[in-house]
Amino acid sequence: MIINHPLLGPRDAQEFTYLGDAALIDRPDGMSFPDANAAQDAFHDYLYLRDNPAGEHRELWYHEQGDRSWLVVTRNTVTHEITKVELARDVARAKGRSK
Amino acid sequence: MADHRLHPITPLGYDAPHSVTLGPVTITEVVDTALASLATRLGEAKAVADIAETAGIPLPGPGKAAKAATYASFWLSPDMWMVEAPFATHEDIVAILKPHFGETASITEQTDAWARFDVMGADLPAMFERLCNFDLRSHGPGSATRTVIEHLGCYVVIRSDDHLSVIGPRSSAASIFHALETAARSAY
Amino acid sequence: MTQENRIKGGQIDRSKTLRFTFDGHPYTGHPGDTLASALLANGVRLMGRSFKYHRPRGPISAGSEEPNAIVELRTGARQEPNTRATVAELFDGLTANSQNRFPSLKFDLMGINDRLSPFFAAGFYYKTFMWPAAFWEKIYEPIIRRAAGLGSLTRQDDPDDYDKGFLHCDILIIGAGPSGLMAALTAGRAGARVILADEDFRMGGRLNAETLTIGNHAGADWAEDTVRTLAQMPNVRLMPRTTVLGAMDHGIYSAVERVSDHLPIPAPGKPRQILWRIYSRQAILAGGATERPIAFENNDRPGIMLAGSLRTYANRYAVAVGDRVAVFTNNDDGLRTATDLQAKGIDIAAVIDTRQEGDLLPGIRHLKGAQVIDSSGRLGLKSITIRHANGRSETLSVNALGVSGGWNPNLNIASHHRGRPVWNEGIHAFTPPTDGPKNLTAAGAAAGALSTHAALTTGAQQANAALEALGLKTHTLDLPKAEDAPLNLTPFWYVHEGKGRAWIDQQNDVTVKDVKLAKQENFTSVEHLKRYTTLGMATDQGKTSNITGLAIMAELTGRTIPQTGTTIYRPPYTPVAMGALGGRSRGHDFKPTRLTPSHKWATEQGAVFVEVGMWLRAQWFPKAGETTWRQSVDREVLQTRASVGICDVTTLGKIDIQGRDAGAFLDRVYANTFSTLPVGKVRYGLMLREDGIVMDDGTTARLGENEWVTTTTTANAVPVFRHMEYVRQCLYPDMDVQLISTTEAWAQFSVAGPNARKLLQKVVDQDISDAAFPYMACANITVCGGLRARLFRISFSGELAYEIAVPTRYGDAMIRELMKAGEDFGAVAYGTESLGVMRVEKGHVAGNELNGQTTALNMGLGKMVSKKKDSIGMVLSQREGLTAEDGLRIVGVKPVDPSQPLTAGSHFLDKGAAATAANDGGWLTSVVYSPHLGCSIALGYLKNGTARIGDRMRAVNLLAKTEVEVELVSPHFFDPEGERLRG
Repeated sequence: MIINHPLLGPRDAQEFTYLGDAALIDRPDGMSFPDANAAQDAFHDYLYLRDNPAGEHRELWYHEQGDRSWLVVTRNTVTHEITKVELARDVARAKGRSK
Repeated sequence: MADHRLHPITPLGYDAPHSVTLGPVTITEVVDTALASLATRLGEAKAVADIAETAGIPLPGPGKAAKAATYASFWLSPDMWMVEAPFATHEDIVAILKPHFGETASITEQTDAWARFDVMGADLPAMFERLCNFDLRSHGPGSATRTVIEHLGCYVVIRSDDHLSVIGPRSSAASIFHALETAARSAY
Repeated sequence: MTQENRIKGGQIDRSKTLRFTFDGHPYTGHPGDTLASALLANGVRLMGRSFKYHRPRGPISAGSEEPNAIVELRTGARQEPNTRATVAELFDGLTANSQNRFPSLKFDLMGINDRLSPFFAAGFYYKTFMWPAAFWEKIYEPIIRRAAGLGSLTRQDDPDDYDKGFLHCDILIIGAGPSGLMAALTAGRAGARVILADEDFRMGGRLNAETLTIGNHAGADWAEDTVRTLAQMPNVRLMPRTTVLGAMDHGIYSAVERVSDHLPIPAPGKPRQILWRIYSRQAILAGGATERPIAFENNDRPGIMLAGSLRTYANRYAVAVGDRVAVFTNNDDGLRTATDLQAKGIDIAAVIDTRQEGDLLPGIRHLKGAQVIDSSGRLGLKSITIRHANGRSETLSVNALGVSGGWNPNLNIASHHRGRPVWNEGIHAFTPPTDGPKNLTAAGAAAGALSTHAALTTGAQQANAALEALGLKTHTLDLPKAEDAPLNLTPFWYVHEGKGRAWIDQQNDVTVKDVKLAKQENFTSVEHLKRYTTLGMATDQGKTSNITGLAIMAELTGRTIPQTGTTIYRPPYTPVAMGALGGRSRGHDFKPTRLTPSHKWATEQGAVFVEVGMWLRAQWFPKAGETTWRQSVDREVLQTRASVGICDVTTLGKIDIQGRDAGAFLDRVYANTFSTLPVGKVRYGLMLREDGIVMDDGTTARLGENEWVTTTTTANAVPVFRHMEYVRQCLYPDMDVQLISTTEAWAQFSVAGPNARKLLQKVVDQDISDAAFPYMACANITVCGGLRARLFRISFSGELAYEIAVPTRYGDAMIRELMKAGEDFGAVAYGTESLGVMRVEKGHVAGNELNGQTTALNMGLGKMVSKKKDSIGMVLSQREGLTAEDGLRIVGVKPVDPSQPLTAGSHFLDKGAAATAANDGGWLTSVVYSPHLGCSIALGYLKNGTARIGDRMRAVNLLAKTEVEVELVSPHFFDPEGERLRG
């Protein structure tokens, strides 16, 4: 596969490491829950309840043998068509993540 | 150069840089360049750009390398470059760069993290198409990228049409050199 | 020796004679020959035995579709089995042998299978060797494998090299027949970067095999001219002997180039083959078409061939396969074989044409509405029996028969992405799918455009379509004049008459009867048909047989062919040597090697090395007189604890972390707190995965207000760096943190033992007294009169210990300096074994304990997980299942009888408890011999382990058949109060 890196252009997918569902970006704040059960429930859902669609999927790829950017790649899991590639950092910021 | 009693060895383990000529190409260890990574601190892009310009340090865009009088550099990652300078005058390159950038940039010594092999000669694409997916035929001087050579992430910096550098992890210098030699024998 | 079947003409170089042998007999041929053409020229038709029935077989084709003429090439280590003689380029000195026969090709004992054929019908193996299951591996499979053999392996290392490479182009053109050449010419003239790949050693495709003209030239001459023109274009890369194997995603194609297969031995340094990964923006499949046979009884005798291949042998290779030839056809293309061969002076006995309609060939006995119903000749064709339209039968004496049932476009690559081929009623064949790989089009015969004119036209059209898609200017060339004759095919798949076997798939010995049996047993879908009969599952992927087989199934079930459907193809297009897939990655070059900075010195010391990931580390340093590794390791450990030892610890990952938020960042990635660490101090950190399991551990030093350096375990250097980048970029994008690996930048040595400080003070330029440089201190220092260095007072061994780092190029000099400085103290170098012994004695966890299943609590480090701040894994590490009171806890283990050795992996069992999973208490993770304690000691995980310290249990290893009574002790065997490391 070819991933069209937002900064570097088309790059072979062999240079990347795959992580999975880009929903991993939406990590809860571990200190924001009233009690341990609520925290564990939220983290359980965050970590284990992932979508596995046959079709368009937003997923995290790491350019390990390249510039070390984490990317959010929108890929059709059936056809492998890639319709969008973004820097994960930009996606995270757009979702309101900061520090 | 610091005044101490220790003698360096090259990445291949020699006292002086090793070199081999195979057909039209010469592959040479390069140890006379100091390296440091330069990363802008958050929100300091403008300051870093200004300081770099004053200090004569080029900061090229993604996929690029650039050269100035003393310093050269190539792009590593978003907001990060590898700065090259003569080892003889810049052995402690971090100590030299830091005063320029202060707290606007993070600077890390990289000199000995890497083994650099310069490959010189005509028709380099014929050799490199056996090594990596970097398309030398459509990239000219001033291009630099990280690519996989011999399973290892290596930077390839095109210095001129008949001169490029392969900069790979120092501990695997022998493996990289062997891969370069093998590809040259296969290609020419 | 006489090449008695050689005729005039052809594209062979008669000025040179090549000598070769087949099954030990010497023959000659010429450059331009394949092994098959040269053998046929010498009158050899019998080249193999069939897979299952061991029927005598000869080539049916002149190309890569060949199912029968499968041979072994070369001898010794270079012997290569299962190669098609029809594509093996002849070279001087070639040694070839037939395979799957014993004792000889002409007399094969396994030919008995042919007489037993009723037992070997489709499904035979499934039905017969079902029971008992235990018989499969030991009895049935070896018997079947011996009987149904392909070639044999040499069991020697392949002496040749294989390269892998990467190519880039605008347009990849697969196949250099008329359409591919025209496409390349069009795209090349337009300035596009073109790769033209063809599996043949001579480009031109069918033009080399036909007597057709293009413009005023013979087709073969036009092809040669065009290839010459293309070779002049710098933007066009011609790749003969290159088979495009498969279509990967996004315009990537794999191809194998046979660089040296046509040479006895590759030139020095040159590869035998290259596996190319071709990155294309557009691709054109111009792979031509493959002729298909008509099935009839005993249609597999040597001498019976595809009609077009008979023509190829006559026109291209100047070989008359027989001197009296018949042709059996259902289309006009088959007629060309008769006219071409007759023009060469070969006697045409008859053309048996299944069609009633159409003109008769002048000057040839052309039988309309007739069929070939049988043949004879045990080791080669002697005669055929024909059924005339009027019902009369006749036997004709012939020694070659050309059969044409039509042409199947070579659409294989177009269906590699599961695209479904489309039935074309015009040529009665499947054409490439409309939902094939993106940016791949087809031209010429591969697209179903079978005439030369259509090939040239579609080649130019598809090249221009590709140029347009690329945004390049199209280029219109004058198309030379060429024939445009229709195929005029009337479908005729198999001869219904006859009780014997009519072969469809000759490589897997699948007959019309097998298809009927499959139908009878209701395996009527094409996928079931394929698997039940093994139709098309041989190494030729059914190139000559698939369509015929499914057409017969369609006929038997009263469905149309589109209703019946077709199986599709997967890569590779033709078989690939494993060596090509492996490339240079084998033996010592399987993976790169990482050498430590002290490697040269350690080699001089005679160190024994161990692979740790890609690293080579010194495992121990034998001294004169030491005969076992234990002697060396005991000495290293004892001397380190008694005085001082030195170990290269460069392999630990080092990550430079800088930025205003570096401390806060470390608080997130480590379970414990780092932001409170003062400058000049080091702290041990425990890193969790988000699920609460321990990921890694290591020390982090704060060298400046915003400057930190973290160490990782050797194995986890890369994953930890990746994880940190993930946390930085995906979770906390506004933290001011910058990361870069410095693992290789610094040569780092551990100096451990009571005399460590005294030794180091001799090389360090600054004061490192306990007051100036206390336990867990770190600093930038200088050594040996001014070399910049880093010093960390940390200990893995439990001794007073330091780690000192210098720029890697000085690492070799540094180890020599340290050893020299240590001479007064009897300093020893120690390797990874001693490192392991000392860390187990000290109760430090390492890889065996951080196995991806264990928590901080398991390791006795539960208190390190701070709940006052958020960190990766903090929340889920508190899950009920991970925090059970009686869960696994780390313990120390000693044998009750000190003379008994422990075995890692042994399980804890209570006294008297049966060795069952239910009674399993945990296991021993790390076992070493402690010279300090004089016995074997271990760390282990035991249920409720902390509470059981002082108990006795059994350590049972059912695999090693050992059982040792053990005492559970604190995991800190040595200096539990840590007085030595603070000393």
